[in-house]
Amino acid sequence: MKDYSKKLFLWLPISIAVLFLLNISLGSITIPFDEVINILLGNDGSKESWANIIINFRLPKALAAVVVGAGLSISGLQMQTLFRNPLAGPFVLGLSSGASLGVALLLLAGVGVVGTGLFGLSSWLVVIAASVGSALVLSLVMVVSVRVQDSMTLLIIGLMFASLTGAVVSILQYFSTGEEIQVYLFWTFGSLGGLSWNEVSILLLILISGLMLVIAAIKPLNALLLSENYVQSMGLNVRKSRAVIILSTSLLAGSITAFCGPIAFIGLAVPHLTRLLFHTSDHKILIPAVAMTGSIIMLICDIISQVPGSDMILPINAITSIVGAPVVIWIILRRGTMKNTFAG
Amino acid sequence: MSNSNAILETKNLAIGYTNSNRQNIILKDINVSLNKGQLVCFMGPNGVGKSTLIRTICGTQKLIDGEITIADNDITKISKSKLAKLISVVLTDRINAGNLSVKELVALGRYPYIGWNVSFSKEDMLQIEKAIELTNIQSLVDYKIYELSDGQLQKVMIARALCQDTPVIILDEPTAHLDLNNRVEVINLLHDLTKHNGKTILMATHELDLALQSADRIWLAGSNQPIIDGFPEDLVLNGAIDEVFGLKGFDLKTGRLEKRLGKGSVSLKGDGHNYLWTKNALERHGYSVESDSVISIEIEVNQKLQWRIRKEGEHIVHTLEDLIELLN
Repeated sequence: MKDYSKKLFLWLPISIAVLFLLNISLGSITIPFDEVINILLGNDGSKESWANIIINFRLPKALAAVVVGAGLSISGLQMQTLFRNPLAGPFVLGLSSGASLGVALLLLAGVGVVGTGLFGLSSWLVVIAASVGSALVLSLVMVVSVRVQDSMTLLIIGLMFASLTGAVVSILQYFSTGEEIQVYLFWTFGSLGGLSWNEVSILLLILISGLMLVIAAIKPLNALLLSENYVQSMGLNVRKSRAVIILSTSLLAGSITAFCGPIAFIGLAVPHLTRLLFHTSDHKILIPAVAMTGSIIMLICDIISQVPGSDMILPINAITSIVGAPVVIWIILRRGTMKNTFAG
Repeated sequence: MSNSNAILETKNLAIGYTNSNRQNIILKDINVSLNKGQLVCFMGPNGVGKSTLIRTICGTQKLIDGEITIADNDITKISKSKLAKLISVVLTDRINAGNLSVKELVALGRYPYIGWNVSFSKEDMLQIEKAIELTNIQSLVDYKIYELSDGQLQKVMIARALCQDTPVIILDEPTAHLDLNNRVEVINLLHDLTKHNGKTILMATHELDLALQSADRIWLAGSNQPIIDGFPEDLVLNGAIDEVFGLKGFDLKTGRLEKRLGKGSVSLKGDGHNYLWTKNALERHGYSVESDSVISIEIEVNQKLQWRIRKEGEHIVHTLEDLIELLN
């Protein structure tokens, strides 16, 4: 077995399984571990409410954590490779801002959502609004990226898009009712909970299709490590490859942002973390590794956000950064510079 | 000029950029050819369109007029994947693959032959090994790209191109940023690949001296004139290279910088390397070497090298530096 395959096929899946169980076992209501296992195996728990909590609340939430972690991390990885920039990620290029604008337009200015609830009948509309918003912003970024070769310029333009959408959202808020603003604000905090099995299955489906697109793009992604000219010289179609990468990213990041809100940090940091752990830039290894590492980080963040043993639930969006950033800083300081692992 | 030995040929080719309705032709009437097994250097001053022609031949830029044929295929009519099996490239683009191992980077060359799932067959592995062996980078295979020196990286990039197993390899300034040792090593490697492995290599370069010593032919591009495709020494003797480069103060026929003389003349006796380098030092400092002069210098090789100078008396020095000081 090669150095990486043990990590990839043994340690990462085991970590996910353990953290998944831990995630389900912990929460504001204490349920004994053997009861959790019992309920998961399909038996009735000692209390009916416990089974309900596990099956309809904690299980979909843990699954959502896995999907969101994997999806955002894969999006970040693709953006970093495509734009050849270690600072790229769904947020930096304004993808999440685009999604926010879409959702804001829908919630604040659009259809009367109030009454149906954020994730009631309108959940599909939210998904569509967020996806359209993010795809729009990403296409704009791509158009600009064709004109400018310099990725620094591109980042600034991404920041401009974020400011622009932020401004539009402010204006929308100004003319909205307090109730509408609250619904929108809660969406921006990010949340893994509150998803029904239906919604989680949709997310899972999108993750699978997004992953399939990424896997189909392994060759161009690896070739992009050299340059777009090399991609072409190896018989690959640059425009088609770029389109596949963008489609996959906007599908993943857009829909995740739609269902769970704009979740920070994961998309930017997990790819770096994984490169450091696996010492490679080969996307054939990186894609599964990044997906699993993303899931692990997200499961941990979700456990922390529930503040085990208390009634509090902290916004997941804050936890990802508060917990994740120091971890990444620590690993980078210990394992060497990012320049070595990312650039040439 | 059409010949059966040509693997790549252009006919009345015009290249440049097409904007919405304006054509900016950079070079036209290009009629050049690459013969099998030759190393051709493509030379010309900066901005003359070398990179544009290379991009056009590689199929990344559209040609404006005329045609390019490679191995009897019209370049505009074959698919990108087929072209990738005919031409491989080494470019000057900044690469971002620091965390790939040398072997992984070389293996990228097999991409035209493998499927989407990136699994290498026995044949692929064999080609990878062969490319590594030919470029003599066996000791580097497990290094990460960020650990390599510029010279090592260039050899790895050449190995990647070799691994693509194409009859034609095109390199854009492969010796830029390299020191003399590495430059010579890269040129020798390319030369060997054409002579022993039947590769045809086109290389854009500014290194006139290396080109003249190793190229089978030179494509010479100057502004406002068609590209000249000729035998290196002929281009020197008929002045074509002088004309294109507008060489100032460089005597191409002797291959040396023109000396600004004027400090008078000396006569020099001696032979071999000692003579050549003494002459070099003298000329560099403005003394012309003539057969008869009031100042005479004799090179003596006893146990130690020494120079006997007759100039208002007799002196003996042991280094050229002292010699020049004495003359001044």
